[in-house]
Amino acid sequence: MALSSKTKAVLLGPLNKNNPILVQVLGICSSLAVTSKLEPAIVMAIAVTIVTAFGNVIISLLRKTIPNRIRIIVQLVVVASLVTIVSEILKAYAYDVNKQLSVFVGLIVTNCILMGRLEAFALGNGPWASFLDGIGNGLGYGWILVVLGFFRELLGSGTLMGYKVIPQSFYDAGYLNNGLMILPPMALLLIACLIWIHRAKNKDLQETTN
Amino acid sequence: MNTENNGYTILYASIMVIIVAIGLAFTHQSLSKQQTKNVEIDKMQQILRSLRIDADAKEAEEKYNEIIKNAYLIRPDGSKIEGSEGTKTTDPAFTIDIAKDKSKGLPVFEAEIDGSKKYVIPMAGKGLWGPIWGYLAINEDGSTVYGADFSHAGETPGLGAEIALPPFRNRFQGKQLIKDGEFKSIAVVKAGQTVEGQDYVDGISGGTITSKGVNAMLLNSVGEYKNFLLKLNAAHKNESEGQ
Repeated sequence: MALSSKTKAVLLGPLNKNNPILVQVLGICSSLAVTSKLEPAIVMAIAVTIVTAFGNVIISLLRKTIPNRIRIIVQLVVVASLVTIVSEILKAYAYDVNKQLSVFVGLIVTNCILMGRLEAFALGNGPWASFLDGIGNGLGYGWILVVLGFFRELLGSGTLMGYKVIPQSFYDAGYLNNGLMILPPMALLLIACLIWIHRAKNKDLQETTN
Repeated sequence: MNTENNGYTILYASIMVIIVAIGLAFTHQSLSKQQTKNVEIDKMQQILRSLRIDADAKEAEEKYNEIIKNAYLIRPDGSKIEGSEGTKTTDPAFTIDIAKDKSKGLPVFEAEIDGSKKYVIPMAGKGLWGPIWGYLAINEDGSTVYGADFSHAGETPGLGAEIALPPFRNRFQGKQLIKDGEFKSIAVVKAGQTVEGQDYVDGISGGTITSKGVNAMLLNSVGEYKNFLLKLNAAHKNESEGQ
């Protein structure tokens, strides 16, 4: 199925020029919390993508019926129920991963990206476009998480997905894991570096200086 | 249709809440059997890990039934509560959560590995962000730790969460809980520090508060079994002196 240029922009925009983390600087809290290891970062990325996509679809279907005064409450209820369902399914079929993510699955509710997309996109667009927008934003958020998780686990623990990748001979030669990598402040610095690189590559994102 | 008047808004909110409630209740109901099973298997895996057996979810139940020979409750004075024996998941030793209720008794699991008896006792305490818990497998002498296992609800990945990993739990093997006929517990200290008069292991660097939590948990939770362990220790000494 060929996508029109508009739907393409909706789906792919958030991956780069309109990235929720790099450009809109949303969802920072969870990207600091779950990225000290790669595996939880990946599961979190998938969970957020699913919830954003389906939340967007539901709100988009309901958009003409929602009373304007309680629309935030309606959005919150939809997101919270989806997150609860994801968490219940994880508990039943992926118990180990659920244990690792612990409270962070529940905290997807508070992820600004979700409410942001519901409010900014799903309330004004059809279900299919909203679905693509949800997938796009989920993945845009997800790939940053995976990049962060990759570097933080590699440099902080010397492992990837729990497997040792830095050979013992490095340690014998005096190499040390960087403990700072595991701490949240370093995640913030890494995000800052990513934003820096991203802006250097995309000149049109830079503000003009007088 | 006017979606802005009060009647519509209230009706909308009520119907939404009811639909969501039914939906969530249904999801929970249909998945709860599988979830309970997972929780039980997880607990079995934890107990087995404290006995140095790594069983995956599929074989955990079988291994558990094979190795755990007896389970029962004891009173704080160390005596067994009659009628509380049973190794099934519905028996009191398995169902009691010591973090919540210790009034009915303290669970003890008896395991047999290569012909020698091990006692597994549960522990519960507080970490940095939430509860931590674990199991300690103790040799027949009531003092030597055979193995340990720790779990946590939400400690920081890479820091406090390291207590759940083998490098940390393996540090406990062979440590003594009892010194000169007195219960001393095992201290968790900052790497490089030492403690006089009791056995100790290194904590997690960067996970200071979680390490302290483990230290307190060992002292308090295992401390509840003090009389039970001292009895075992005394009996063991008599036995070895008698030979």
